[in-house]
Amino acid sequence: MTGTTEFHERGTMGAPVADPIWGKLTWDIFPFYDPLLLVTFVGTVIVAVAVVAALTRYRLWKVLWTEWFTSIDHKKIGIMYMVLGIVMLIRGFSDALLMRGHQALASAGFVGYLPAYHYDQVFTVHGVIMIFFVAMPLVTGFMNYVMPLQIGARDVAFPFLNNLSFWLTVSGAVLIMLSLFVGEFAATGWLAYPPLSGLNFSPGVGMDYYLWALNIAGIGTTLSGINLIVTLVKMRAPGMTWMRLPVFSWTTLCTNVLIVATFPVLTATLALLTADRYLGTHFFTSELGGNPMMYVNLIWIWGHPEVYILTLPIFGIFSEVVPTFCRKRLFGYTSMVYATCVIMILSYIVWLHHFFTMGAGADVNSFFGITTMIISIPTGAKLFNWLFTMYKGRIRFELPMMWVIAFMLTFVIGGMTGVLLAVPPADFVLHNSLFLVAHFHNVIIGGVVFGIFAGIIFWWPKAFGFKLDPFWGKVSFWGWVVGFYLAFMPLYVLGLMGVTRRLSQFEDTVYAGYFAVALIGACCIAIGLAAFVIQIIVSIRRREELRDETGDPWGGRTLEWSTSSPPPFYNFALTPRVHELDAWDHMKRAGYVRPTEGFAPIHMPRYTATGVVIAALATVVGFALVWHVWWVALGAFAACITYGIGHTFNYDRDYYVPVDEVARLEDQRSQALAIDEAAKPGGA
Amino acid sequence: MSAAADTTDDAPVGGTSGTEDTLSFHVVADEEHDDDHAHEGGTMLGFWLYLMSDCLIFGILFAVHAVVGQRYAAGPAPSDLFELDMILVSTFLLLFSSITFGFAVLKMHARDLRGMTVWMIVTGLFGLGFLVLEVREFMHLWHLGATPMASAFLSSFYFLVGTHGVHVAAGSLWLAVLIAQLHTTGLTPANERRVLCLSLFWHFLDLIWIGVFSFVYLAGVLL
Amino acid sequence: MVTMLRSAGAFIVVLLLSGCNLVVLEPAGDIARQQGQLIIYATVLMLIVILPVMALTIFFAIRYRASNESASYSPDWDHSISLEMVVWSLPLAIIICLAGLTWVATHRLEPYNELTRIDASRPLDPAVEPLTIQVVALDWKWLFIYPEQDVATVNEVAAIVDRPVEFKLTSATVMNSFYVPALAGQIYAMAGMETELNAVINEPGDFEGFSANYSGNGFSQMRFRFHGLDATGFDRWVADVRAQGSRLDRERYRSLALPSVGNAVTYFDGVEAELWDRIINLCVEPGTLCHDDMMMVDALGGGGLEGLYNREIFAGICASDDALGLYYLLRPEFSRRSPELAAALGTAALPSIVPTTGTRRDESAR
Repeated sequence: MTGTTEFHERGTMGAPVADPIWGKLTWDIFPFYDPLLLVTFVGTVIVAVAVVAALTRYRLWKVLWTEWFTSIDHKKIGIMYMVLGIVMLIRGFSDALLMRGHQALASAGFVGYLPAYHYDQVFTVHGVIMIFFVAMPLVTGFMNYVMPLQIGARDVAFPFLNNLSFWLTVSGAVLIMLSLFVGEFAATGWLAYPPLSGLNFSPGVGMDYYLWALNIAGIGTTLSGINLIVTLVKMRAPGMTWMRLPVFSWTTLCTNVLIVATFPVLTATLALLTADRYLGTHFFTSELGGNPMMYVNLIWIWGHPEVYILTLPIFGIFSEVVPTFCRKRLFGYTSMVYATCVIMILSYIVWLHHFFTMGAGADVNSFFGITTMIISIPTGAKLFNWLFTMYKGRIRFELPMMWVIAFMLTFVIGGMTGVLLAVPPADFVLHNSLFLVAHFHNVIIGGVVFGIFAGIIFWWPKAFGFKLDPFWGKVSFWGWVVGFYLAFMPLYVLGLMGVTRRLSQFEDTVYAGYFAVALIGACCIAIGLAAFVIQIIVSIRRREELRDETGDPWGGRTLEWSTSSPPPFYNFALTPRVHELDAWDHMKRAGYVRPTEGFAPIHMPRYTATGVVIAALATVVGFALVWHVWWVALGAFAACITYGIGHTFNYDRDYYVPVDEVARLEDQRSQALAIDEAAKPGGA
Repeated sequence: MSAAADTTDDAPVGGTSGTEDTLSFHVVADEEHDDDHAHEGGTMLGFWLYLMSDCLIFGILFAVHAVVGQRYAAGPAPSDLFELDMILVSTFLLLFSSITFGFAVLKMHARDLRGMTVWMIVTGLFGLGFLVLEVREFMHLWHLGATPMASAFLSSFYFLVGTHGVHVAAGSLWLAVLIAQLHTTGLTPANERRVLCLSLFWHFLDLIWIGVFSFVYLAGVLL
Repeated sequence: MVTMLRSAGAFIVVLLLSGCNLVVLEPAGDIARQQGQLIIYATVLMLIVILPVMALTIFFAIRYRASNESASYSPDWDHSISLEMVVWSLPLAIIICLAGLTWVATHRLEPYNELTRIDASRPLDPAVEPLTIQVVALDWKWLFIYPEQDVATVNEVAAIVDRPVEFKLTSATVMNSFYVPALAGQIYAMAGMETELNAVINEPGDFEGFSANYSGNGFSQMRFRFHGLDATGFDRWVADVRAQGSRLDRERYRSLALPSVGNAVTYFDGVEAELWDRIINLCVEPGTLCHDDMMMVDALGGGGLEGLYNREIFAGICASDDALGLYYLLRPEFSRRSPELAAALGTAALPSIVPTTGTRRDESAR
């Protein structure tokens, strides 16, 4: 190659100078010169048309709107979070497959199909989507759905806020998805370090999509965090003291404390970067006194606790699944609770381990290295606790338990490489390498994703009244587990061979074999993901065979299993009273009889469209700001505020479910249970 | 407190038929209304948590100011820019507004809607006075050329003080909306709860301003 | 013990990874070698607890499967003080060992420290001065300046085997990370800042170096070759650079700094004095106030409103023989406060001599 070659200018989409009416919007913002994007676009349009047609054909629009979108029932919002997470998982995984394919080609001496400029966007969007719009919604979905049921509450503390939080998250996801076909996305890496993410080096709209999507979604997350903390503090059933709180609810509490205490940092940091880009301030520039390293510190002060925001609830899921499928009490409940709290606190004082290599000095580096290692003590204690829960149990290897075993074997490897990376001199050679990439995928897939699947299969019968098909579940399980090892073990080796991350071109072909194996692994994961979708479709078709009327298909131990599947909108006809840890297990052993009379009117909130409208307006504000269409942004923002204020003038937000209605619904369940009992072969 | 200690206050359970009479597994119908009260306490707790998260945003902005607050980029320093007399006036405007809001809450407890409205309007006027002074100061600085783009110190100054100002503006808007609501629906529990939330918010902004006044203005000019 | 760990680690590694070039574990420089060994020690230390956990997981899973009726079953057993002590203290013990290892290794391998040995068996002769190389990350290539030899290169760097090298790093663009896996761990190169890396190469050879922190479009091609040469080979290489190179002055540097991808190796003979200084202080462009001057003015109390429009009047204040005096000259309103400032500084009176502007940037001082 000669001295200077042609390359795509950084971020050149749209008009360089904003037009007063159209902002930076021009006709060439649709990047369809790229055949890959064109095909994706056509595919998306076809799917979208098919969905719209199906919804219209089966007259589902009204149901969708009145029963789901405007719903403030925590269970429906929880399910909508899960749907959002899974849809975005498919998008995020497609990006992963694209990268694996490209690197496999590029490392084998071909050019590959992604130009650097496009490849850089793909790895950025992959990271952003997987963390903010896959892992976060899935985890929040679980917390939303399960936690109120576990503590015997009828809803969360602020049901409308819950709906608003969800739709603000969707708003962020919509902006990210729009960036695929309208303009471009950031090409900065998922944490967008300045000065690269500043105006000088990323003048395009991609970074602005990033900022507004994350800020809008981040506000939703903070609100949801406040909501769930208040729910846990104020709405536990009588008798449920802190030390009788199920472990999943404990992890939910710690997670949401982390959310409330870190997402404001993200909001503030991104706001400062936004000011740098929109107003020309000098917080993170290199000129006139700005300090880019300040951004790196601030973003990781949010970023490291974020890791635990994702993993703590997953630890909670495992702590529910293991005792249930071992038919045994959880070993070391108390130390489990303390371990969770210790992890929560420690996660704040480790952030610098993400940039040992920026020259902070040996004292600072070893301090943060050692605090990081200390986190592995409570984490190790948790692992041992699950292990000793299995000890002298009766382990049923149904799918959730299979995921747990896979998790325990995989996660320890990720934990080990994590501690390794916390040793600063080792980090000097492994930082930013594919070893690091393998490590965090090892903990995120081997920990979070495996846990999410365990949780989905575990609580699906609660949410829908039928179990998931085990055959396709096993296909999915093996696809993911085998795929994970094939895809990421080669990356560990590549990291030790000195290959750094985010490369789109390679000089020699010695790495080709490893990248080829990784591609095969990614394809296995694709099979696993497809099998998961098939599993859901097959299960829905076979729902009558897989039906569970009892509401307690696994022999559960906590209160969510005491109500019907799916639970009535009021969750519990009479608020449960708790006497022990594992309340439902205790009730079963004490010969609990389901109440069929003596009901009281139930106080419930009304559905409202306000959340959808405000979030839709927020999306418009975000889009208009991305494209510098100031008047639209201002108008939509004013409309947003006005609509919100208008909502506060509506005092008719709740109602009482009459006793007759409660009795009628409970009666229906009694009949269903009776039929189920009679149909059971050799029923008790 | 350990799990063992928690469980001892209930009768031990052996799953025998005798214990099920002594243990009730759900609240009886009369107790169901308890959760209404829990809800009100929940709102105050939730609002507290929101304030704490907001406090963290300000905490970050203060931290940023601590890092870049003396990076003048060979441009003006606080002593070249700030007129402490005017800042003192606006500080007192805000402090007085907190006191008058306190009077409004006292009137609310005395069920005196009229007196309450008067004090809330006075509070709002103080708030607006504060905002006018702040905007004037910003315009004055901008006119001198000390824009947020001129140095990291000025970026941080405008952002920190401006964020506080935006909060005061939002609080003032909320105040106006609340006065309208009090006059359409009266002193309902819901409205009282809102007044108490706004009161918390308003005092919180006062507290933040004390921080801004001491760290940004006083320390900037005098140190 | 150490040798046992070492051989065990080496055995596992060899077993798993035979046949590929693990440069991180088998490097050619002493610093990288110590870092690679640390990886093996730490891994072995952790395997002490990881392997039993994995084995126990599998064992319990098989032993206590529901279909195995012969295994004991205690559904209410959920607590054991002694076991929980083990559960917490076992990881604690490992972490205490690892923390000690970390503290020592981090201080010994701090990249800013000057080297004390050439390799495990040879201490460094204190008379040997390290070879200084100034490194500038540009969009998307690396510039290496040899102040001692007065040459510069792009995308190629050479060092003498067994003579320590002291890299001084900065960036004229976004953040990059300077990494030669065979030589030593990486360190970031950031605009307006100077980082440092001390290392030594022990084997002659041609090694790969690159940016390890994503920096934009041409990041994948931001690679260079690192040559380990003996003393005569190095002299020949320098002579080669001299023979083929042209002079690197500010003009040439500014055109070099423009974004380009996949730059060819380029040589320069003679580097303008102060170029490195200006790069670090972000004042290569004429008429920009250097960062050190700016920081000096800020430390003295800012440049006042005048500074908003006329920053450059402060150029050279840092290199002046009397910075404070020059500052009062430029900001007369501050001299009114000179008694109190003098009192604060603990001097009887402020210097009254007429200061002279520093020589370094006199052309831009007015």
